[in-house]
Amino acid sequence: MSDPILSIRNLTVDLPKGGDRQYAVEQLSLEVAPREIVCIVGESGSGKSITSFATMGLLPKVLTPSTGEIRFGGQDLLALPASEHAKLRGSQMAMVFQEPMSALNPCYTVGTQIEEMFETHTELAKSERKARVMKLLEEVHLPDPARVYASYPHQLSGGQRQRIVIAMALALDPKLLIADEPTTALDLSTQAQILHLFKELREHHDAGIMFVTHDFDVVAEIADRVIVMQHGRIVEEGSAEEVLNRPKHPYTRLLIDAVPRRSRDARGAPAEDVLLSVNALNKIYHIPGNMFKQARDVHACKDINFSVRKGETLGIVGESGSGKSTLVKCLIRLEDPNSGEVLINGTDLASCSRKELHPYRKMIQIVFQDPYGSLNPRRTIGDQLIEGPVNFGADRAKSMERAKELMRIVRLDPDALNRYPNQFSGGQRQRICIARALMVEPKVLIADEAVSALDVSVQKEVLKLLNEIRDTLGLTVLFITHDLRVAAQVCDNLIVMQKGEIVERGNVEQVFGAPSSDYTKMLLDAQPGKDWDVPDISTLPPVAV
Amino acid sequence: MFRFILKRLGLAVLVAFTVSAISFALLFLAGDPATAIAGENAASEDIAIINAQYGFDRPLIVQYLDWLSKAVTGDLGQSWYFKLPVSQIIGDRLPTTMTLGLCAISFALILSIPMGVAAAARPNSIIDRFALFIAVVGQAIPSFWFGLLLVVFFSIQLGLVPASGSGTWRHFILPTVVLGYYATPAIMRLTRAGMIEVLSADYIRTARAKGLPTRKIMFKHALRNAIIPVVSLAAVQMGFMLGGSIVVESVFALHGAGFLAWESISRNDLPTMQALILIFSMFYITFTFLADVLNAWLDPRLRVG
Repeated sequence: MSDPILSIRNLTVDLPKGGDRQYAVEQLSLEVAPREIVCIVGESGSGKSITSFATMGLLPKVLTPSTGEIRFGGQDLLALPASEHAKLRGSQMAMVFQEPMSALNPCYTVGTQIEEMFETHTELAKSERKARVMKLLEEVHLPDPARVYASYPHQLSGGQRQRIVIAMALALDPKLLIADEPTTALDLSTQAQILHLFKELREHHDAGIMFVTHDFDVVAEIADRVIVMQHGRIVEEGSAEEVLNRPKHPYTRLLIDAVPRRSRDARGAPAEDVLLSVNALNKIYHIPGNMFKQARDVHACKDINFSVRKGETLGIVGESGSGKSTLVKCLIRLEDPNSGEVLINGTDLASCSRKELHPYRKMIQIVFQDPYGSLNPRRTIGDQLIEGPVNFGADRAKSMERAKELMRIVRLDPDALNRYPNQFSGGQRQRICIARALMVEPKVLIADEAVSALDVSVQKEVLKLLNEIRDTLGLTVLFITHDLRVAAQVCDNLIVMQKGEIVERGNVEQVFGAPSSDYTKMLLDAQPGKDWDVPDISTLPPVAV
Repeated sequence: MFRFILKRLGLAVLVAFTVSAISFALLFLAGDPATAIAGENAASEDIAIINAQYGFDRPLIVQYLDWLSKAVTGDLGQSWYFKLPVSQIIGDRLPTTMTLGLCAISFALILSIPMGVAAAARPNSIIDRFALFIAVVGQAIPSFWFGLLLVVFFSIQLGLVPASGSGTWRHFILPTVVLGYYATPAIMRLTRAGMIEVLSADYIRTARAKGLPTRKIMFKHALRNAIIPVVSLAAVQMGFMLGGSIVVESVFALHGAGFLAWESISRNDLPTMQALILIFSMFYITFTFLADVLNAWLDPRLRVG
C-alpha cells in the first residue's frame, strides 16, 4: 500500500459539558490511501460524521478537537490556522453531503457554483473555467451539460443535484474526497448510479475516498476497507470482505445480524377472508393554470386494485413519485379519491360523507416515517395516546388503562406515560407511535416508511414488534417502503408501484424470484450489495472480547 | 422574468384601480360634501347650487369616472381651502418629501444592513449587543423627541446644521437621521435574523467546504438569500416615510407632502386629502412592485418555474 493521503492519530473531539458522554470522538486513528474507498459505518451518534467534519475543518464551534493530529499532505490540519485550512478545502480535499436538495445555493446557477471552485483556487480565464465545468458535468454523466450549466438548483432533481455536488468536489482533482451519506436521501435507482460514479472515480482519479454510511449494503457495494464506529470509538477495522463476512466485534455482529435478509420470515398463511379491498381507485391532482400556464392533471393513482386478507402483510414498494403516499392518503381519506372503492368489511369508505366516515376512521390507523415530527413535543405521551379513544367517546380512566397495557406490548415502561416525547429515542418514539395507532383497536395498520428513519439495530426491533403485534392481534398491515430488503423480510405479498400504477404484484418469492415487469427487474438490479449474502452470525466462531 | 414582471404589473394596476375607488369614496364617507363646503347652517338652495356647481347631483359612477379620467391626466381638482389646483399644491410640496424619504431610507439601509450582518456573524458578541442597543433605542425614542435633541445639540449648541427649513442640502441632514433611524431597528433585526438562519443552511456549509473566503460566503452566498425579506420590508418602510413623515416634517418645519396632509385634514380640505391618499397609495404600489421585481432578480425560484 502506498503512503496514506490522510492519517488521523488519536483524535479526540470533546462534547460540550452536560451531554450524555464526554467525547464525540475518542482516541480515533485511521488512514486513507490513494485509490481506496474506506467506509466508516456506524449508527447515529457514533461520531462518524464528526470525524469527517473535523478533517474538513467544518466542525461546529461548540465541538473542539482536544488531542491528536490529522495529518494530510505532510502537515497537521489541527495545528493549521483556519484560513490555511480553508485554502486546502476544495483544492486538496473535498466533501459531498447527505442532502442534495439543500446543499446548493438557490440563488445561483449550478454552473456559477461549480465555477467558483476555479475562481477561488486557480487563475484560469473565464472561458477556460466554463470549459472545465462542462467537462466535469460530462464526467458525472449529466445529460445536456449546456442546459444544466445554466440551470438553477430547483430545476434539477435530487440525483442531478448530487451529481453537481460531486462535480464540484472533483473540480480540482482533490487528493481526498469525503462523502457523508451521499446516497441516503436518494431513490434506489439513483443511488445505484451515484455509487457507480464513486467506483468510477476510484478508477480514474488518484483520490482516496472516505465514505460515511450507515448502510451495510452500500458498504458491500463499494468499500475496500471498513471501519466500524460505536460511541465515538473504532470497534473494528478490516478489509470489506473480512468485516462483512466474518465480523469479529460483537457490535459489528449485532449490526450485521440486524440487516434484513432477502427472504421472508417463516410464518403461517393468513386467514382466507378478505378484510380490505380497493377497486379501481383513481386520484387526479388538478394543477390550475393561469394567464401564462396551462392547467394540467397529475394522475397520482391510476386504477389501483388490490385486496388484503385478515392477518396479511401487504408490502407496497415504489420510488418517490410512484404514488404510494397518495394511495395511503386516499385509503385513510386524508385525500378524497376521484373514483373507485375502498371496501372494509363491505363498507365503502371512499363514498362515505365526512360524518358517516367518522366511526370507520378508527378501523385504519397509520404510523408515519418521522418519529420525531409525529409526536407533539408539548404534550405527555399519555395524553397523546388516549386522545384517539377519548375522541371516539371512551372513558379517560379506561383509556389510560389501555394505554398502559399497550406500553407493555410495545415494551416500554407504562410509568413513562407522563413523560414528554423528547425524553425518548427515535426507536422508542416509533414504538409510541405504534401504540398510539393501536389505541383505537384498528383492523388495518398502515406503516408508511415506518422504519426508514431508524438505525438498523433499532429497525430490527421495531420490525419484530410489528410482526408480533400483527400475529397476536390479528391485524392486517399495509407496509409502505422503498427498502426491498425490509419488504422481502416482513411482507406476505407485494405490489410494486411506478408512476401511479401497479406494475407488479405477487408473493415475495414471485416478485423477487421471477419478476415480470421491467421496472421491478430494474429495481432489483439497482439494489446495492446484491452479491453479498448476509452471513449467519450464529455460525461464526465466538470471539473473546 | 418578463412574464413575471408582466404579471406583477397587471396586479399592481388592479390594486391601483381599487385604491382609486376607495379614495374617491372617501369624499362621501365623511358626510354630504356639499354640506361640508357650504357649512352646517347653509340654506337648502345654497346646497343645491353647490351640488350643481361641483356636479354632486350626477350618478356616483359618472362622478367617479369623471374624477378618474381627470386624475389620470394630472387634474386632481381644486383645493377647497387654497382655491388652487390640487396638482399645483402637491407639485410644490412633493420634491421636499421625496428628497427626505429617499435620503432617509438610504441612511436606514446603509446603517442597518451592515450592522445586521455584523451582528449575525457573531451572535451574542459585543457587536451584536451594540446593534441590539441601537435598535432598542431607535424603537423606543419618539421621533419628535429625538429630533428635538438633535436640534438642541447640533444646531443650537454646535451650530453645525440649520434647525429648520428646506433651503439647502444641509437642511436635510437632521431630518434624514431622525426619519432614517426610525426605520433602522426593523430592517436591522430582520437582516440579523435572516442571516443567522441562512448561515446555518446546508449550502453555506457547501460554500465553506469549497474553501471560499469568509467575506465571499457572507456577502455572496448568505446575504443574497437573507436580504429577500428585507427588500419587501424596505419597500413598505419607504412608502411609510413618504406618507407618514408628518411628525418629522413638522419638527423641522419642512413643508412637504406629509405636512400638507396634516394641514388638509385639519382644514377639511377633501380634494387635497383625496389626492394625497391617491398619490401615497400609488407610491406604495410602485415600491411594492419594484421590490417584487428586485426579489425576483435576487431569487430565481420566483422567476423561473
